[in-house]
Order: sequence, then C-alpha cells, then structure tokens
Amino acid sequence: MTEEAYNFAYLNEQTKRMIRRAILKGLATPGYQVPFASREMPMPYGWGTGGVQVSAATLTPEDTFKVIDQGADDTTNAVSIRKFVERTAGIATTTKTSDAKVIQTRHRIPEAPLTEDQILIYQVPIPEPLRFLEPRETETRKMHSREDYGLMHVKLYEDIAQHGHIATPYAYPVRVEGRYLMDPSPIPKFDTPKMEMAAIQLFGAGREQRIYALPPYTKVTPLDFEDPFDPSKAPHPCGLCGAEDAYLDEVITDDTGRRMFVCSDTDYCETRREAGHRGKDAA
Amino acid sequence: MQTPSLQGGFAEPAREAAMVFRDIMTAMARPGQIETVAPGLGIAPLSDAAAAVVLTLCDADTKLYLTPRHDTEALRRWIAFHTGVPLTGPQEADFALGAWDDLTPLNRFRPGTADYPDQSATLIVECEALDPQGAMLSGPGIQSTTELSLPEVKAFRRNAQQFPLGLDFIFTAGVQLAAPPRSTKVT
Repeated sequence: MTEEAYNFAYLNEQTKRMIRRAILKGLATPGYQVPFASREMPMPYGWGTGGVQVSAATLTPEDTFKVIDQGADDTTNAVSIRKFVERTAGIATTTKTSDAKVIQTRHRIPEAPLTEDQILIYQVPIPEPLRFLEPRETETRKMHSREDYGLMHVKLYEDIAQHGHIATPYAYPVRVEGRYLMDPSPIPKFDTPKMEMAAIQLFGAGREQRIYALPPYTKVTPLDFEDPFDPSKAPHPCGLCGAEDAYLDEVITDDTGRRMFVCSDTDYCETRREAGHRGKDAA
Repeated sequence: MQTPSLQGGFAEPAREAAMVFRDIMTAMARPGQIETVAPGLGIAPLSDAAAAVVLTLCDADTKLYLTPRHDTEALRRWIAFHTGVPLTGPQEADFALGAWDDLTPLNRFRPGTADYPDQSATLIVECEALDPQGAMLSGPGIQSTTELSLPEVKAFRRNAQQFPLGLDFIFTAGVQLAAPPRSTKVT
C-alpha cells in the first residue's frame, strides 16, 4: 500500500505529465536527448535521480519492478531505489528478470533477453556523448542538428593510434538508425549489441535534465571503422555458475591477490546455479 | 441540474493517468499497435481514447488547438475544467485535436527546429475506426513491417522525410488508439 502522504510513485501529476510528454517525444526521435525539467529527488545526483523520475512517470499500479546496479539486485543503490518505489508506489518488486515488467538499471543490461512486455530504464550520468570532446552545449547541439560527428571518429582513431585498439570499454558511442549519436550510458561495450531488443528502452539523466529513448528493434550501431566492433569481456567462465557467455566482474578474494571472475548479473548467476550449473570456485 | 463539464475525467487521476500513459507510450513505441483505454472518460464529440490522451498529456504548461468542428462551448468547458490547458491556434499548438480532414493541411503545425526537434506538435486524430490493415508501416519500434488504417499515405511520407523534424500522431476511435510518430515510414 502507498503511504497516505505520497502521491502514487512520489511525483506530482503535473511533473509526471511533463516527463511523459518528454518520453513520447524521445520515442518519436530515437537517440535525441529531450530536455526536461528534472526535479529534486530525495537522493543525491549520481544515484539515479533521472532513472527514478522516468520510472515514476512510467510505472502503473499493476507493474512488477526490478532495480539493478552494475547487474546486482543487492547493492546499496538498487536496494534503496527498490525500497523507495515500494514505499511511494506500493507496487510489487522482484529480483527475477523474467518476472519484472519495468527494470531500472545502472550500467548493465540483464543477460537474459528481454521480451516485448518489458521496459528497461537506464540511469544516465552524462547523456551527451560529445561532452568530453566539446564542453559547450550550444556547440554540441549544433553538431547533433548537423550530424557532425567527425570529432568522435577522431577520438576513436586516437585511441587506436595510442593503444593499438579502441580503449573505450564502457559507454561506447552508438549511432541510432543512422541518425543521432547516442551515449548508451556507462554499460560495458559487451552489452552494446544487446541494445537492439524487443523491449522499450528509456534513458533518464537527472542532473543533466535529459530524457531519451529507443523503441523496440531500433537499429543501434556501435561507431567503428573497418575493423569490427569488439564487445570484449574477461576471458574466463564465471567462477560460480560456469557461464561462458556472461559479462564478468573481477573480485579480489584475499590479501595475496588471488581473484575470481563472477557474473555481474546476479539474477542470471543465481538462476543458473539453481538449475545445477557449477563453476570452478563454487563452494 | 446538468453539468456536462463535470462528467467523465479520471476518478483517480494518479493511477488512471499512469494506465493511459502506458497505453499511449506502448502505441508510440510500437507504431501500428492498437491499444485500448478504459471507457467512460469523455463527452461528445470526444471519443474516450481522445479524452484519455487529453487528460493524460495536456495541462496548463501546454497549448491545445481544437479544430472548428470540435471547438464547441461544451467541450471547451469540459477541457478547461479537467485540464486547464489554454486553447490556441494551429501555429502555436503543442497538441491539436480533430478529424483528419479538419487538421489538414499539416504545414500549419510546428514540426520542431533542427536544434530542438522535440518542440513539435502532436496531433490527436479522431477516426471512425482503427484497423490493423491498410498502409504499410516500418521503422523504429517495428520488427519488420506492420499495417494500420491511415487516412492517406502522402502526408505521412512527407512527414517522415523531414525526420528528425515532423509531427507525431495519435489516432483515436472509441476506446482504441494507435500512435505512429514521425520516425515511422509509410508506404
């Protein structure tokens, strides 16, 4: 049950209408960042204020909600946002990817493929992919309107010239339907190819006051040269469940520098272990 | 005493608006898909679906254009009571409401600017019926192709050519709505 003092999902109705209009314009122009009047939320910037506002405007009383932070359901950020939504919207929550209708995520896409019924909402710190190359909003806005993305290609080329490969392991810039250059939020580039999916994807940046969106099956192309895009991951199976296909976190296990690699998607790992899969470090 | 302007509307605005918005969002994210809203929201000549869209998206921060046939005293009062949205002409409108023949020509409405393509009008088009057959749609939100009954093809083709500028549409008939945005290619 919602606590009496709160409107459904915390935000007032006028704010939700404003966010909803921005979401619709975002879906109409995939990859374009729609400005919106971001509200102060009862959590600091950088903790998902944008994602929470988009979630609050999107959730219905019948939804089941899941929150992940770097793939995990049980980290501080995920737990506090889940509790916030439970308290202010009074809706069901889950940690199972397949049971969730709306999933708010910080920096990962779940390993299990999402379905047509699901909505994935990203927390975005810096929505402008050109921001570190061009700090002026007036200029980046012109660059987007003119499709002037040469600067980003130069940046990727300089990576190759300096490191021998494109040293951008996360937040890898993508082109949406051949038009807008988009920041996929700081997901590892391992996740980038998953962005062409059946679910609706919404992106909220609270401090930067931007919302953008990808309708299902929208073409999302990682920026690259003739050398193919490489969705890299640690070359190990998961230590707990043995998965070969999942993105891994490196965990230091003692003072002598011993380490193990485990799935970053905790629900995926647990589901596999329940099904009897075992990795080499499983107890 | 008759007070038609108080009829309809949301009994529980927060919950009902959330449900309707999910329908509109799904329709716009999956162009051609027909969604159904709860009945009993509007008054004549407004369909329940068009009423639901106005109640969910319009407020004092937006401007609405009513085409002449929809610009009745009763509807003005109803819209003012439930939403408070100021009425305006087509050039300044964020939302426009009417039948297709009354909304054309479309070049009266704002398609957004190159810097801010989101500053464009959304047209709420009242129809007799919506059918999943007719014009062929493709583009973002559609896996391969899908069909939707559209009043014509040429206007939508011209609208899609302006991308990223352009108008977005919400077609309404009874309790049903479908919402092909500017990104949808129509053939």
